[in-house]
Amino acid sequence: MVSEEVSITINGKLVRVAAGTSVAAAVLMAGEPSRISVTGEARAPLCGMGICMECRVTINGVPHQRSCMLTCAQGMEVVSG
Amino acid sequence: MSARFDVVVAGAGPGGIAAAVVAAEAGKRVCLLDANSSTGGQIWRGLHTETAHRYPHDAAFAAWIGRLAKSGCTVWAGWQAVDLVSPGRLRIERESESRDIEFERLILATGARERFLPFPGWTLPGVMGAGGAQALVKAGLDARGKRVIVAGSGPLLLAVAANLARAGAIIEGIFEQAPLTGLARLGLHLIAAQPGKLVEGARYRLQTFNTRFRTGSWVTRAEGRGCVERVSIASRGREYAIDCDWLACGFHLVPNLELPRLLGCRIDAGYVTVDSMQQSSVPGVACVGELTGIGGLEKALVEGQIAGCAAAGRESHARALYPQLRRQQNFASRLDRAFALRGELRDLPADGTMVCRCEDITHQALAACNSWRQARLHTRCGMGPCQGRVCGAAAEFLYGWSPADARPPVYPAQVSTLAAAGNAAGSIDR
Repeated sequence: MVSEEVSITINGKLVRVAAGTSVAAAVLMAGEPSRISVTGEARAPLCGMGICMECRVTINGVPHQRSCMLTCAQGMEVVSG
Repeated sequence: MSARFDVVVAGAGPGGIAAAVVAAEAGKRVCLLDANSSTGGQIWRGLHTETAHRYPHDAAFAAWIGRLAKSGCTVWAGWQAVDLVSPGRLRIERESESRDIEFERLILATGARERFLPFPGWTLPGVMGAGGAQALVKAGLDARGKRVIVAGSGPLLLAVAANLARAGAIIEGIFEQAPLTGLARLGLHLIAAQPGKLVEGARYRLQTFNTRFRTGSWVTRAEGRGCVERVSIASRGREYAIDCDWLACGFHLVPNLELPRLLGCRIDAGYVTVDSMQQSSVPGVACVGELTGIGGLEKALVEGQIAGCAAAGRESHARALYPQLRRQQNFASRLDRAFALRGELRDLPADGTMVCRCEDITHQALAACNSWRQARLHTRCGMGPCQGRVCGAAAEFLYGWSPADARPPVYPAQVSTLAAAGNAAGSIDR
């Protein structure tokens, strides 16, 4: 594993992950649900490949981003749930 | 440079790469598109030429990526196709940017996704696809020490279990719904026809040899407070529970048919109908790989090469690949038979089990409908952001509904993309 790390915030918490980690993986490891369903259930990624839309989060203010398709970048602000 | 190409290939997995390489090497101006930020598709996800030798399929990956780099093919990664705005003109989007791209020939290599079937508790965090879990781990999710149950159906299960174990997970069991008899028949066929595939399967099994592998067994429910903690398994007339941190569960694969449907390609029994040059019923549009039958890497590579040859007017080169093609097509139909879904899986959802996860539509609400169309109109099933990609295949199996035609945009897109007058040609390659 490459030791390089990037720092991002997830719901305001500072998180450090290995470079190359997807946003979906980072959110899962932070123990946060990616979204709350229309009836209020906490949801986390299902397909891991951009199909199911369960992993969508707000990244740098842009809502509905598929977090499994995006790589963590230094300073990224992720809001989930 | 302009945004006009002789050949556009949608999907940069093995089939798309092979098609693009062959056409580009023959002198065609080719653009290879993929929604992911890197090429390789799901099977070659996360591979790098310098580390490829550690993985199966390594030789093929290194060879094709090397040829792609030298072929002169333009690669646009991170671009999602959203609509065919007019014949020969595809609209694509990346974040908040959109482009139109024109082509003479289009080769669709959009691959497959997992089939998900609903059961009580399948929406709990920690329940993911089998391929889904593998993709997330390849993307950096830490599997070390996680107790994982791998379940569902298909040859992917053994590979996923082996890969997760290598990543540090503790595999609590592998549960395949298909009966042993069908798998044995497939195995016997492979001994003579494609021993390499059998060796691959055996190698995955050896890597997980101390893990129970049960055929004719399936998940009946997942339970937990806030996330999955325990899974119930039905196996040979018994039912028992196993504690776990993750459930990795997918029921074989279904092709990503949205683009072929949008273009009007004829589809029969779940796959795009193609001729011996991989051409669909729509002139100028070829389909390769999982779109024409779930058959995996080798099938995609052969079909991609044939479509690439055809796009470059080299039909005789394509014909030389026919013996391989027939072998791979035969394998695909045998896979479908061996991993056919058992009827008991239709009884898994309870009244309150969500079938449509985007709109939270329950089994009870859907069972009262008589068609996909009625379900959409009455319940909004399939009208959320996944556009029925997950619940559509489930509803087809559970209720026997045939899927609706695809409508643009085939992916949720920005309003600015939909409204774009088409900033095609010269302006694009700034």
